[in-house]
Amino acid sequence: MLLSPALAISAVLFTLGVAGVLFRRNAIVIFMCVELMLNAVNLTFVALAQSLGLGGQVFVFFVMAVAAAEAAVGLAIILAVYRHKQSVSLQNMNLLKDG
Amino acid sequence: MTLTFFWIFGAIAMGSALLCITRKNPIACALWLVVTLFALAALFVLLDAQFIAALQVLVYAGAIMVLFLFVIMLLNLGRPGPSDIKGPLGLGVAVLLGAALLFLLQPMTRTTLRSAITLPPGSVPALQQEQGIVGSVANPLFGAYLIPFEIASVLLLAAIVGAVVLAKRKL
Repeated sequence: MLLSPALAISAVLFTLGVAGVLFRRNAIVIFMCVELMLNAVNLTFVALAQSLGLGGQVFVFFVMAVAAAEAAVGLAIILAVYRHKQSVSLQNMNLLKDG
Repeated sequence: MTLTFFWIFGAIAMGSALLCITRKNPIACALWLVVTLFALAALFVLLDAQFIAALQVLVYAGAIMVLFLFVIMLLNLGRPGPSDIKGPLGLGVAVLLGAALLFLLQPMTRTTLRSAITLPPGSVPALQQEQGIVGSVANPLFGAYLIPFEIASVLLLAAIVGAVVLAKRKL
């Protein structure tokens, strides 16, 4: 049965995605780490769909649609920020910060 | 045999994900993420989800990652420069929080499903034999999940309009 290995791999991939979001400063790389987290969840869905029915695979379809929408809008936001700041580093995005 | 292949592709996925989050160059990050996505597609095939594996390669490794690479190259971020990885303090906090999260997620691997809610073993391949690999996903998608499917199409339309509005200098 492949359920336990799949859930273990998915837990590791999700953790790597979270760690990437926490220790990178480049906004595009952080977006890629979010995609990594979404993929870890997709692996969980597919693994559980094997024993709980194909609804899980349908959900992966929806996750992919949402990820595509998120990537398009997110990268457009990054482009707009780059035009103002000439940088994609999150350190420079401090307009709302006090002082 | 299947288990061996599963662990091989799982190790490729985890290793390239680690390389993806530690490479300095954003293009290297993106390419290692493509390797992870391909390894995940292989895992999906081993988990009886061939259609999802094809979608993974087409949509994720194809479309979404090309979008990422396109933006990286449009903004000329591939050139060598200072690293964007945080200093020792930020790195330490990230590793600590990651270890805590992994500790919290680790009981998930001991999941056992009660037989009252699981399908009998081998019923998913049987369903795929009967309705076809695409048909077995399409039937619930256009039946029980029809309204979410339509909402997803509206979401994609909103994303297209939003991306154009955000990225265009002057409308």
